[in-house]
Amino acid sequence: MPFGLLKYGLSKDYPAQQHFTPSDTTLKKHYDVVIIGAGGHGAAIAYYLSKYHGITNVAVLDKGYLGGGNTARNTAVIRSNYLTEEGVSFYRDSVELYQNLSNEFGYNVMMENRGQLTLAHSDAAVRSFRWRAEVNQHLGVRSELVDRQTIRELVPNLHMPEDGRYPIMGGLWHADGATARHDAVAWGYMKGACERGVELHQLTEVQDVLVENGKLTGIKTNKGTISCGCAVQAVAGTSSVVAKMAGIKLPVHSFPLQAMVTQPYKPILTPHVSSPHVHVYVHQTSRGEFVIGGGSDPYPLYNTRSTLDMKESLAAAALELFPFLSQARLMRQWAGITDMTPDYSPIMGLSPVENYYLDAGWGTWGFKATPISGKMMAELVATGKPPALIKPFELERFYRFAQINEAGATAASH
Amino acid sequence: MKQMNCPLNGLRNISEFIYGGEYHPMPDPQQCDKREWVEHVFFHENAAGEVTEWWCHSATSYWFLARRNSITDEIIETFPASKLFNKRVDFSAAQGES
Repeated sequence: MPFGLLKYGLSKDYPAQQHFTPSDTTLKKHYDVVIIGAGGHGAAIAYYLSKYHGITNVAVLDKGYLGGGNTARNTAVIRSNYLTEEGVSFYRDSVELYQNLSNEFGYNVMMENRGQLTLAHSDAAVRSFRWRAEVNQHLGVRSELVDRQTIRELVPNLHMPEDGRYPIMGGLWHADGATARHDAVAWGYMKGACERGVELHQLTEVQDVLVENGKLTGIKTNKGTISCGCAVQAVAGTSSVVAKMAGIKLPVHSFPLQAMVTQPYKPILTPHVSSPHVHVYVHQTSRGEFVIGGGSDPYPLYNTRSTLDMKESLAAAALELFPFLSQARLMRQWAGITDMTPDYSPIMGLSPVENYYLDAGWGTWGFKATPISGKMMAELVATGKPPALIKPFELERFYRFAQINEAGATAASH
Repeated sequence: MKQMNCPLNGLRNISEFIYGGEYHPMPDPQQCDKREWVEHVFFHENAAGEVTEWWCHSATSYWFLARRNSITDEIIETFPASKLFNKRVDFSAAQGES
């Protein structure tokens, strides 16, 4: 069998089906829409544009490869238990789209509804969870405050000392919490878009955004200059750098966020467990590995390097919750770049440049928002008007002092 | 651990320092309009490359400035804020729109 597989891999019959635009395709002179960044968001915008708005003269450009940026570097958590009305409604619709994504694509994104448990280690945290649960339930999101007994039943392996350094006083149980395979989400969206005529151009670096009299005219790439009707930037991790090409300054600071996985174990942890107080979140993948992540690095950096101090503090925090992991070996570590906004909410919508749209500031909340931001940004591109769901997230909110203070965001500790 | 040279205390572990945001010159509070002030408060260059930033040595609450490369994380230079701030900023007559 292995030889048969090798022979097939080297034969002309492989791949049986070409999912994406062939890599030798040359750029056209003009596109109706250019999407900068072929991550989950860029692919989703292209998908919804081609499927629901009939706009197919679209190019998705990426300096690297499809889903190779922060789409591949997040920890694949899907949840909607945020705190602000705008945030909860937005992420709620995203979780709903995720539920049906595999069916919609005809492509398995390995969605697993495991639920998410956030731990409270203080009276103040219990109070804020009660508030979050009320806001969530009011907006149709399944969140509830749970006591120690329920936590023990949900996560029998959790270390719950009566008098520990971080006593567990209660939790926020979010039954809608889930996880999915992040690469498959980007692939599924891009496959669907390419089938409808969208072109994916990998290894195509955007070098300049051409603007005349406050209006977008074209995009300069390392493979030539193209004219376009409009463009969207969906480049989490380098939002400020790309926006600067269009002469736009953003309220964004880019911090690395380091995560790691252990060797695989038998399935013993079903939900995703998070503790904002000890700065850690842990879940076990279907492969058996424990994924451990926490807060962003303490200062901004455009580099996905690893530091021993962050790894030590992550490991110490994880052991606080799951002491049995003390014998675990770490298999891999990595970092992603989180574009943090001052209010922990994304920036979506119109920009100061006409026909240039922003999908930026995705901090630690980008992956879970992929379907809904794709759908809403596609509507914005097709109609030129921001849909009501994302209107509050426009860049202009900062000038009106109408920030959306999202205290339910991961790493909202800076 | 990575170390930083504090202008007051010398070489110290990076964990003793707190990042305090990008340095950019403040617009004149008497002259600037609201949008300019908003950009000064909330918006950042967030440049990939050499940046000038505020840092604080937390044990001594000493604020200073540092030049750092935001791609390689190399700390190029640290210096006291008095190098750039040599006169008192007058906020007293700032009224403007509210």
